[in-house]
Amino acid sequence: MTKCEALIIGGSAGSLEVLLKMLPGLNPALPFPVIIVLHRMPGKDSILTDLLAAKTQLRVKEVDEKDALEPSTIYIAPPNYHLLIENNRTFSLDASEKVNFSRPSLDVSFESAADVFGKNMAGLLLSGANSDGTAGLKIIAQQGGKVLVQNPLTAVVNYMPAHALEQIEADAILTPDEMPGYINSLTN
Amino acid sequence: MTSEHADEHLEMLLSDVLEIYGYDFTGYSRASLKRRIVRLFELDRFVSFAEYRYKIRTDPAYFKRFLEQVTINVTEMFRDPAFYRTLRTEILPRLGTYPFIRIWIAGCSTGEEAYSVAIFLKELNLLNKSLIYATDINNTVLENASQAMIPMSKLQLYTENYIAAGGSENFSDYYSANYSLGKLDDELRSKIIFSSHNLVTDNSFNEFQLILCRNVIIYFDRPLQNKVFRLFDNSLEKFGYLALGTKESLDFSPTAKNFERLKGEKIWRKISGDDKM
Repeated sequence: MTKCEALIIGGSAGSLEVLLKMLPGLNPALPFPVIIVLHRMPGKDSILTDLLAAKTQLRVKEVDEKDALEPSTIYIAPPNYHLLIENNRTFSLDASEKVNFSRPSLDVSFESAADVFGKNMAGLLLSGANSDGTAGLKIIAQQGGKVLVQNPLTAVVNYMPAHALEQIEADAILTPDEMPGYINSLTN
Repeated sequence: MTSEHADEHLEMLLSDVLEIYGYDFTGYSRASLKRRIVRLFELDRFVSFAEYRYKIRTDPAYFKRFLEQVTINVTEMFRDPAFYRTLRTEILPRLGTYPFIRIWIAGCSTGEEAYSVAIFLKELNLLNKSLIYATDINNTVLENASQAMIPMSKLQLYTENYIAAGGSENFSDYYSANYSLGKLDDELRSKIIFSSHNLVTDNSFNEFQLILCRNVIIYFDRPLQNKVFRLFDNSLEKFGYLALGTKESLDFSPTAKNFERLKGEKIWRKISGDDKM
């Protein structure tokens, strides 16, 4: 990777605690955006955004359609929409059918990010009980992007990271403690 | 469709579809449109883009399938119950002061939101003086919508939504169960006019007090959104309401100056009526 233009993190059951643990360690001047896509219950309030914002000095924002991607910002996929990225580095939302029983689907976002950023991105898959994310990480790998997976031994629900590791060779298998250091070093 | 040529192929297809069939997708956001077009290519097992393109260009029956698969028809009754609660407690009662209520559901898909609005109008004793125009670009979904059938598998979700939105009756009073389908009341159906309308190319066709267009403009690029907002502005009476999806906004459009936003929900009220374009 010559330059990291985006990090996209996907997770399901057991991922929130990983995020709460690792976000405080992220460099507040991170020179790329962090996009978080979690399986979550639909709801009007933005508890998740507030919860994560309390743990970091980076700007945290739930995505509205057409928001532009900016560095040093953590974007949260809104519930009940798929999150996609346009070639002009803006977000698109999509209320179409669930994929892998999920909306947002990690595969949809990973694939869309891979399409735009190619080798200049990283995808990180966290804890979960579903196979969503594996196909998307594969596409990230095919495009030359970095594939990062939570160490299944540290995952509350290890199915999702273990499933991905069976099918893809990861560039790094990380414990939550190792994640901030690794992400901060993605700069160059 | 290999990914390095996919963008080029996509643009070729869109110009074919416009030239041959008159459907203009060139103002649609590309990421989602591309995903659906590539998905259909894979689903129908085309071996090459050239074959896919030829089929779409020359086979109107296949184009019909293309249109159905590429436009998004996911909807539900009382979608986002908090929005419907506001509609029921604040917006519809205010429309009750008019002698006749005209509502436009733009991009109605299979009609679930039109029936939801009709149910709340009925509960507020306003249905008899209301007319709902429900329009979509896709004729197949309009045919489905006019059948007034809901799959039994959706009934639990719809009942939960209805209760969360503040419905005052038993939701089961509004349909009769028949094997795997529930048939909605004829009275609801009688107040809805389903018809074809393309937001991209068609004009205003009436004046309304309320326009609902939820999760439609997310698929449009900014210039097309602005065009559609102008159409809505031209189709709303002064002091009428425009309701959008939970993540959509009128605020970035030049039309916003004619509207003020209600607190909380994605609902705007038209406050200026004389500077039509």
